[in-house]
Amino acid sequence: MEHSDNTPYKYASHHTEEEGKKIRKRIWLMFWVLLAITSIEVVLGLFWKEWGISWGAVKLTFIVMTVLKAFFIVSEYMHLKHENTMLKNLLIIPYVIFALYLAYFLVTEGVYSDMIANKFW
Amino acid sequence: MSSTTIDSKTAWGGNNESPFNAGYGKLMMWFFLLSDALSFTGFLTAYGFYRHYYGSIWPTAENVFTHFPFMQGHHPLLYVALMTFILIMSSVTMVLAVEAGQRMDKKAVTMWMIFTLIGGAIFLGSQAWEWTHFIHGTELGAIELGRGTWTVNGVPEFTQGIIARWQDDSKQALLLPWKEAGEYIQVTGAEMAELLKNGTEIHGANLTHNEYGHPLFGDFFFFITGFHGTHVLSGVVLNFIIFVNVLMGTYEKRGHYEMVEKVGLYWHFVDLVWVFVFTFFYLV
Repeated sequence: MEHSDNTPYKYASHHTEEEGKKIRKRIWLMFWVLLAITSIEVVLGLFWKEWGISWGAVKLTFIVMTVLKAFFIVSEYMHLKHENTMLKNLLIIPYVIFALYLAYFLVTEGVYSDMIANKFW
Repeated sequence: MSSTTIDSKTAWGGNNESPFNAGYGKLMMWFFLLSDALSFTGFLTAYGFYRHYYGSIWPTAENVFTHFPFMQGHHPLLYVALMTFILIMSSVTMVLAVEAGQRMDKKAVTMWMIFTLIGGAIFLGSQAWEWTHFIHGTELGAIELGRGTWTVNGVPEFTQGIIARWQDDSKQALLLPWKEAGEYIQVTGAEMAELLKNGTEIHGANLTHNEYGHPLFGDFFFFITGFHGTHVLSGVVLNFIIFVNVLMGTYEKRGHYEMVEKVGLYWHFVDLVWVFVFTFFYLV
């Protein structure tokens, strides 16, 4: 088998000054998006009582916004959007399966602990 | 950068090709981050479980983290929001360093790495400051109740370990945290004296006592933010090593700045985790 020690490393990405300008514009756009989402979260966290929004709605908004932020960070800053499709699936599918699995046990075992607390048995 | 399609011969036939069109180091960083993400998911899920289990005797973060450096008064969550902003900002400078590296612009990489290092250092300092405040607590303190029962809606509840807070600085009334009874239960006079006799006064928090509420809140706070802080610390160390290498021209000679990209992935992950900690620990 041939070794690649003397062939140049080809997986490092390069781009020109021109492309760099576009990428930088995108980076700063993402920064403003992330900042806006965080600001909305903080303002909502401080004033939801005064504005008379229900806690359930506020909580849902927080979770949706967090997932949105995570999506932007992973896809843009960590560059996963531009990676190979197979790599994307390999990383995201196992994570989502296990995260949902954990959340499922949070709910079912939560009921179990409630049973102990209220001595239903 | 390009995500070209790969035929099956290349994918499985070796030929020194990566099936994912990415370097070995970068792939391994991604796999490490995947497993690390699962750890943090476990921690935050466990936190959610206990938070819901203990309901009313669980403290809310907006009543705990109310201080801001060099400012008097009550500023709930403001400082945590600032910390979040600092970490997002350092994530931006990191991605700008990666971008500059792909243009082989050594000067720009150096500059953005310095900003990233500063951001990381400020964040670590902020965390130390917040830990100090949490550990020392308030001057007023709280009362950890001793043995006994208290009737809530006709049902006797054990008082052992329940944290009762003072209504105000005058120490004339205690607030018991069973919200099922409507608002907090207010206790004054002889009943309060009885509770004080059996209780202990506590200030701040450690692993077994917590002025603000259930001690598990403190445990989770120390564990989750501590584990995240350790990640930030190692991120700063890695960034520093990379920074020195950039200065020495290691990557210039190598012909590419992929190492900056790999460490950048780790640094963005630290930011990503904080986004979740901020929501699930501080906001929700």
